Amino acid sequence: MKFGVVVFPGSNCDLDAYHLVKDVLGEQVDYIWHQEESVAGFDCIVLPGGFSYGDYLRCGAIARFSPVMKSVVSFAGGGGLVLGICNGFQVLLEAGLLPGALYRNINLQFRCLFTHLKVENLQTPFTVGLEAGRLLKIPIAHGEGNYYADPDTLRRMEKSGQIVFRYATANGEVTDTANPNGSLANIAGVCNEMKNVLGMMPHPERAGEAALGSEDGRLIFKSILKSWEGSR
Amino acid sequence: MWKAEIRVLLKKSVLDPQGQAVENALGSLGYGNVQDVRIGKYLEVSFDAGSRQEAEAQVREMSERLLTNPVIEDYTFELVEE
Repeated sequence: MKFGVVVFPGSNCDLDAYHLVKDVLGEQVDYIWHQEESVAGFDCIVLPGGFSYGDYLRCGAIARFSPVMKSVVSFAGGGGLVLGICNGFQVLLEAGLLPGALYRNINLQFRCLFTHLKVENLQTPFTVGLEAGRLLKIPIAHGEGNYYADPDTLRRMEKSGQIVFRYATANGEVTDTANPNGSLANIAGVCNEMKNVLGMMPHPERAGEAALGSEDGRLIFKSILKSWEGSR
Repeated sequence: MWKAEIRVLLKKSVLDPQGQAVENALGSLGYGNVQDVRIGKYLEVSFDAGSRQEAEAQVREMSERLLTNPVIEDYTFELVEE
């Protein structure tokens, strides 16, 4: 399986994602510069975290018009796997590949800490390898991760299993105190209706080795591998 | 030449944490009469267009495609001929 990590000007988690795939998982990976017009040859596209285009105007608003995004949108439309992490999640929302929006954390703080994620849907390519009921300990690092969707959209998403991760306590309870940024319904990650595009604020690529304090992020990439192998 | 003066604000249904913080700060300065503060963006876009109608249509298109996020933001604008 071959991963592609998109690099926008201002991306800064591209190296972490590359390292996890190549050195920890031992899979193939290449960077894809944002000026590229094709993502042919890749099986999963990762939009990494960072501050693409300096977060000018709105996070992700300018990156989504990069030449590479046209092919990412058609890749996703054809069922290709796309994972947007943090700023990558913001880019996916701006590109219209995922519903809703992310804006300023309710506490106005840049939050950088480990969170516990309750997995709400095990039937996505990104979660299919997870044990039911297992929490994921994965860090966040963002100032604009406050998820919003209008009530009708949220209802539709809940119904079709598009809420994938929620911020929870270490015991797995979804409470206000476990919510680091004010996200609606504690939402930390969502997918599209087809389930092949996932956006999440927490950084699985920063939690792939014991030395980093958690290996849970690796489980998401392992799920991707499992579902990709299953689809062949 | 036209100049569009575009004002972007979070929708009423979206909580504005920056506005809230400023509202509280004004309150602590003694402005107990302040009931709401909303913080937004102001953009000036200068461009050529054949007519006012054409200019307005372009401002709407630019606003909806890039300048605002219609999921969380509303905008208004004024057009000035220069």
